[in-house]
Amino acid sequence: MNFDFSPEENAFREEVRQFIADNYPKHLSESRRAEFSKEDFLSWHRVLAEKGWVAPHWPEEYGGPGWSVTQRYIFDDECAKANTLIVLPFGVTMLGPVLMHYANDAQKAHYLPRILSGEDWWCQGYSEPGSGSDLASLKTKAERDGDEYVVNGHKIWTTLAQHADWMFCLVRTAQEDKPQKGISFLLIDMNSPGIEVRPIITIDGSHEVNEVFLTDVRVPAENLVGEEGNGWGIAKFLLGNERTGIAGVARSKNAVKRLKEISCAELVDGEPLIEDSDFKKKISELEIDLLALEYTELRTLAAESAGRGPGAESSILKIKGTEIQQKVTELIMEAVGTYSLPKIPMLDSGANYNLVGPDYSHGASQNYFNMRKTAIYGGTNEVQRNIIAKFVLGL
Amino acid sequence: MDFDFTEEQTLLRNMVQSFVQDNYDFDSRMAIARSETGMSRDNWSQFAELGLLAAPFDESLGGLGGGAIDTMIITEEFGKGLVTEPFLPTVVLCGGLLERHASDAQKDAHLPPLIGGEKIWALAYSEPKSRFNPANVQTTAKQDGDGFVLNGLKSVVNGGPWADYLIVSARTSGEGWQQEGISLFIVDKSADGVAAQDYETIDGGRAADISFENVKLGADALIGSLDNGLPLLEEALDYGIAALCGESIGGMHKAHQATVEYCKTRNQFGVAIGSFQALQHRMVDMFMEYEQSVSLTYMVNMHVGSDAASRARAASAAKVQIGKAGRYIGQSAVHLHGGMGMSEELNVGHYFKRLTAIDAQLGSIDYHLKRFASSEAA
Ligand SMILES: Cc1cc2nc3c(=O)[nH]c(=O)nc-3n(C[C@H](O)[C@H](O)[C@H](O)COP(=O)(O)OP(=O)(O)OC[C@H]3O[C@@H](n4cnc5c(N)ncnc54)[C@H](O)[C@@H]3O)c2cc1C
Ligand SMILES: Cc1cc2nc3c(=O)[nH]c(=O)nc-3n(C[C@H](O)[C@H](O)[C@H](O)COP(=O)(O)OP(=O)(O)OC[C@H]3O[C@@H](n4cnc5c(N)ncnc54)[C@H](O)[C@@H]3O)c2cc1C
Repeated sequence: MNFDFSPEENAFREEVRQFIADNYPKHLSESRRAEFSKEDFLSWHRVLAEKGWVAPHWPEEYGGPGWSVTQRYIFDDECAKANTLIVLPFGVTMLGPVLMHYANDAQKAHYLPRILSGEDWWCQGYSEPGSGSDLASLKTKAERDGDEYVVNGHKIWTTLAQHADWMFCLVRTAQEDKPQKGISFLLIDMNSPGIEVRPIITIDGSHEVNEVFLTDVRVPAENLVGEEGNGWGIAKFLLGNERTGIAGVARSKNAVKRLKEISCAELVDGEPLIEDSDFKKKISELEIDLLALEYTELRTLAAESAGRGPGAESSILKIKGTEIQQKVTELIMEAVGTYSLPKIPMLDSGANYNLVGPDYSHGASQNYFNMRKTAIYGGTNEVQRNIIAKFVLGL
Repeated sequence: MDFDFTEEQTLLRNMVQSFVQDNYDFDSRMAIARSETGMSRDNWSQFAELGLLAAPFDESLGGLGGGAIDTMIITEEFGKGLVTEPFLPTVVLCGGLLERHASDAQKDAHLPPLIGGEKIWALAYSEPKSRFNPANVQTTAKQDGDGFVLNGLKSVVNGGPWADYLIVSARTSGEGWQQEGISLFIVDKSADGVAAQDYETIDGGRAADISFENVKLGADALIGSLDNGLPLLEEALDYGIAALCGESIGGMHKAHQATVEYCKTRNQFGVAIGSFQALQHRMVDMFMEYEQSVSLTYMVNMHVGSDAASRARAASAAKVQIGKAGRYIGQSAVHLHGGMGMSEELNVGHYFKRLTAIDAQLGSIDYHLKRFASSEAA
């Protein structure tokens, strides 16, 4: 047991820090917006892609940097410290490993480089109105017609589908005795005729999620990943990866830092809020939770690099990680006080007024509202608890 | 001991309930909240016609003599409908303050148009650095001949954009967060030197940051006596809390009810999700928090008229309870709706947002925990 960084690792940290300082797009670091555009995300994605750092966990043969677990940890940490935009997970984190594992050579050769370069923007077409936690009950149908599938159905909560070029989609190709059977994993071009994307505005006022309606959408049969009817295994493989990424330890550390900065700036009758023993205690409790999660994640990563894959334990990371993300936004909202009440306009609302209150107060409540999603997506925290109960505790 | 409502009170509740049902269904509410102004003048006139704006005031002042309990009944029903119109600032905070402490001349001039729905009022007491402490006042009112000159900035004035008149707290002596030296003034919002920056709030309401630059006030603008405004302000805020508690339990009730209904009808894994014990227990916890909040809401409304120490203790206790319960119920209601709970198109997210905003109004959980802890039990 040892948690010291080697001189090489410290040098690596310095290299990452310098790279971000030199290359993070200026217009992004100066932006104080609540929402980011497609181009915003891509501008940072492309910088990382060019450097070969956009997919830290990909093996070198597919264009990954070949980093150790520790290097990945350091990289995440530095990105979070610099408060960079995230690399969206849909292509790099979710689909990439699926393709490496299940796709044929032609598919790998075609899609993987385009994920790295950012040429294809992917969205995740899993959930349906009637199939959320009970994902296997999904009804979107794909019927074989010659060398095409004809897809009909309705996906919902599809994150950033409004920007997407492609959607990886769970479809039903056969009715079997068990709902888990007869599901297939299909790659669908979002420009295909018959696809309609409708926005869903969330309670924070932002446009992140959508409904996707598919009407007689024709998809080449070669876009099937793995075998027809065996998509459920792929779906779960992907969910396992989604969950690990969801812990967000490095980002939460940065958010705690922000919380402390705000608590230093806010005064309670002349005294900084951070000197208030009650509030200090709340921050400390949160920090201790986060520290525990950090070591839990490191244990998981170490096991993974020793060849023991993320098991049901990744559900712990999902539950604890999202609870902490929610708590930190809650405390930031509390710290901001009365100026948590004004609402800030969203990117495309066209509203243009001067914001009241200190900069750090802007959007604090809306951020808190938005983060309620984290206990819902990626499999709700109840579903995660059910997984731990069943597969870890044997209940 | 008696926790029953009188026949008149029940009639009042029924009346407000049917108003909300007829005029404040979710779509109408959202249309009002999203409109340019954020409130409906028609509704406001109707409130006046129905006597809601007169409800708490003494009969000698043209009121209906209903006091805090009638106010609570009204705000509870308003809370169910997520009513945005400025009943709290106009009638409860400012109207109540005028009733209890204004001179006869001030009452004669201001209460009839307030009760008649012609004039809207807002209480401008919080400042950018005051956090939740009403004694922390930097706005100044300097004596100037017979009158005063007002300078300063008030922040997040609830209902500020709609107000014709403000009651403003200002320092006439002392400094910082000293208890003495604060005075309360009636300010015409259209007076020279008053500038408002209006904005929407996170719950669909409206507020304003209002600055005062050499605003000239007559001697008749002062409410009560010079330098002794803080106790009047604290009292007004406690009455405000009592009313806000009513609104809060109305919102909690709807959020909880919507969640229970949803869990009975939403199917996953071939059964209603309400059959999962993890969710049942959470809904039971929500229900218990709601009941505890109702209890303290009744308690504060029964005690708000008593001596200052008991009143403060009751108000802070109730505000802590509804703050915590509102957060738990709001969060849980969203969560148990799954993705649907995150949608702006469903009512539950709006109850969640209103309940969140209520905690930051008139003092947060933390502020009132401290105030309660430092108060003396009777
Ligand atoms: C912001 C956001 C982004 C999303 N992005 C995507 C995306 O890009 N692609 C995609 O496919 N999906 C996405 N989702 C959908 C997400 O995966 C689903 O919302 C989630 O799986 C829950 O499904 P549901 O919304 O239908 O809720 P339901 O399954 O109806 O759940 C409602 C409530 O019941 C509880 N519950 C359900 N079953 C059980 C049980 N067995 N035991 C105990 N409690 C239970 C849940 O925990 C929840 O609290 C997103 C969702 C959100 C909110
Ligand atoms: C101090 C004390 C005084 C008592 N007095 C009386 C008395 O006066 N008269 C009398 O008749 N009995 C009395 N009891 C007994 C009491 O009613 C039982 O202990 C109780 O019903 C639990 O039953 P059990 O001990 O068999 O535990 P179990 O029923 O085996 O329960 C074990 C655990 O499982 C949980 N559990 C069980 N079923 C469920 C479920 N459906 N959903 C969720 N969780 C569940 C329980 O909450 C508990 O944590 C008393 C017990 C105690 C400890």
